[in-house]
Amino acid sequence: MNRPPTASELNLCLCHSCGQACDTSANPDECERCDAPLHRRKVHSLTRTWAYMLTALAFYVPANLLPVMNTSMLGSGADSTIMSGVLEFWQHGAWDIALIIFIASIAVPGIKFVALTLLLVTVQRNNQWARKERSKLFRFVEVIGYWSMLDVIVVALVAALVRFQALGTIEPRLGILFFGLVVVFTMLSAMSFDPRLIWENPHNEEMPDGVANH
Amino acid sequence: MASQTTDKPLPPGQPAIKTRRFSVSLVWIVPIVAVLVGISLVVHSILQQGPSITITFKTGSGLTANKTDVKYRNVVIGQVTDVELSDDQKNVNATIKLSKQAESFTREDSQFWVVRPRIGAGGVSGIDTLLSGDYIGADIGQSDTRANRFTGLENPPPITYGEPGKRFTLHTQDLGSLDIGSPVYYRKIPVGQVVAYALDADGKGVNIDVFVHAPNDAYVTENTRFWNASGIDVSVGANGFALKTESLSSMLVGGIAFLAPPYSPDDKPASEEHSYELFADQQTALAPPNGKGQYLNLRFDQALRGLTVGAPVEFLGIEFGKVVSINLDFDEKKRSFPVNVGIVIYPQRLGEANTKMLTVLKHDPNDEAGGVRLIGSFIEHGLRAQARSGNLLTGQLYIALDFFPKADKVVFDPNARPVSIPTIPGNLEQLQEKLEGIVNKINQLPIERIAGNLDGSLVELRKGLGQFNAKTLPSVQNTLADVSKTLQSASSTLAEDSPQREQLTQTLDELSRMSRSLRELSDYLARHPESLIRGRPDNAAPSDLQGPPRK
Repeated sequence: MNRPPTASELNLCLCHSCGQACDTSANPDECERCDAPLHRRKVHSLTRTWAYMLTALAFYVPANLLPVMNTSMLGSGADSTIMSGVLEFWQHGAWDIALIIFIASIAVPGIKFVALTLLLVTVQRNNQWARKERSKLFRFVEVIGYWSMLDVIVVALVAALVRFQALGTIEPRLGILFFGLVVVFTMLSAMSFDPRLIWENPHNEEMPDGVANH
Repeated sequence: MASQTTDKPLPPGQPAIKTRRFSVSLVWIVPIVAVLVGISLVVHSILQQGPSITITFKTGSGLTANKTDVKYRNVVIGQVTDVELSDDQKNVNATIKLSKQAESFTREDSQFWVVRPRIGAGGVSGIDTLLSGDYIGADIGQSDTRANRFTGLENPPPITYGEPGKRFTLHTQDLGSLDIGSPVYYRKIPVGQVVAYALDADGKGVNIDVFVHAPNDAYVTENTRFWNASGIDVSVGANGFALKTESLSSMLVGGIAFLAPPYSPDDKPASEEHSYELFADQQTALAPPNGKGQYLNLRFDQALRGLTVGAPVEFLGIEFGKVVSINLDFDEKKRSFPVNVGIVIYPQRLGEANTKMLTVLKHDPNDEAGGVRLIGSFIEHGLRAQARSGNLLTGQLYIALDFFPKADKVVFDPNARPVSIPTIPGNLEQLQEKLEGIVNKINQLPIERIAGNLDGSLVELRKGLGQFNAKTLPSVQNTLADVSKTLQSASSTLAEDSPQREQLTQTLDELSRMSRSLRELSDYLARHPESLIRGRPDNAAPSDLQGPPRK
């Protein structure tokens, strides 16, 4: 192969903490310099990604079914879920806002689930298909991760601002907590995923996960 | 470390798998917890899920899906989840999800109504809904059977939340100015209200349900009388002008008052749902009871203008009944239109007279045939009905039952029902008859003939006058002219300078002289009567009158 040697070929491993290139030929557990644990790959990357993603998926259901916000105007309160908010905006003609909420709150988590599942499945099957594109997909998932918090921030802001006692009050409801958890766990899931696994060569690396253990 | 080096040649990952299994279980706790949380939420919501009911309203005004609450004592017990038209488009069906603890509101007789601002004469309610929006009020029922379809009330029930008190039913002829919510007064203190009203099964009266709140419901006794205290009662009596009303509110929305008569022995609080009669006013309510009424039929052969249903029936001047019906009839034999008047009399109103009569005649008031026989004997003694004028100005009539011993005998049929009392014409009718007789006589006069004769005479007279004008008058005129001429000539004859006048004057002078001579002669003869025989003595006459001396 006409390429520079990889770190694993040279039995080298970067310390995550201080950046020291450690010699792994002796299978050291810790960095020689700062005693931080040494990992060639992220620890239990696939398992954790799977676990966090499934957690997020579990929370995704109540996040969409439970009301996220209670708007009470002049004494008459009404709970609204994310989807009902989207529909309400849509019906009132504000299709742009409806679209933003829909994309940020429902589509983006959905895309993340699909993307992460795709990545996980292909990595586990050592699939060589479209590795560059999958790498791009992962970066995209990481980038859009924060934007899902839009809803949580809106509810937090509005609930803090709209406090006119009897005239009008907006209160957060349980749904927004689950929604926040969905975002947190999808981000954790994305963080647990090691994009280097995409490039793992099945021929010179028999057991990518097994090696990553230490 | 050593174990790891020995592991190298072995199938890889044996210890790694061990450690992985350990760490895997740690990581998988997170999704397990998440799923558990989700399941707990589902279980919780299933446990919290109350029954779902459908309420039918006339309109969907104020009902919004997922917004309108259902409240009991101002606590939210459910929410409207759906509002839609009924299949026949005549009503609105509101689907309501009740909370778990509100399950008892599915009792069959639970009530639901829309609370919205209401402003009426009786008061203002539901003002808070102006701001908060309408909500559905609920009241729990008592029934043991459950239902999931209810009919919403149009108006909030006046009595809710199992308030202590008693319901009573009042029976009356018409509702008057009463309405649901009209107050019920006891000694002018509002102690309850009208909660419902409905027509009788046969539509001949109104049943009014009133609710008297505890503890004042104890004052409703079995002898209690209810009367309509609506409006203003103005009475003019010997004491002057009296105006009575329960309260300003009862003037506007009507009201009912109740009181037990002052002397009510063996009185005890009435039981729930006790039924009473609702009297028109306090006076009739507290009057002694009428007792059993007796329906009688009267047949008048005259027009009864001024007799109205409700007109009093008097017996010897004492009111003891009223007119209940006036119907025109057709008599086939006489080919006339008599008037059938139905009256109801209450003999008990005659008071002591009635009781004494009953004891003396040993008559049982419940013996119907005996009562009829009694009436028959009265009729034999001359009992007659008469329509009399009670008010000459308005011409109002009343029925008087009186004894007319001179009245024509009438055959009384004791088996006829309704019992019929013979009638005689009233005073005014008698007068009218006499007047009619006079008019008839006048009618019989041969006025036409008289008029014809008179007309002929007048024609003759006219002819005579024409003749008179044409013939007689001119000759009269001629005559008058002649007379005038005659008079003129007479006048000229008598003129002062006329010779006739002159002659006349002379003649008169002569005459006067002659008369003087005659007087002298008579005087002389009086003094010398002998001269008639002897002639005049010489000395006898005055010298001047002495005749020439006799020689």
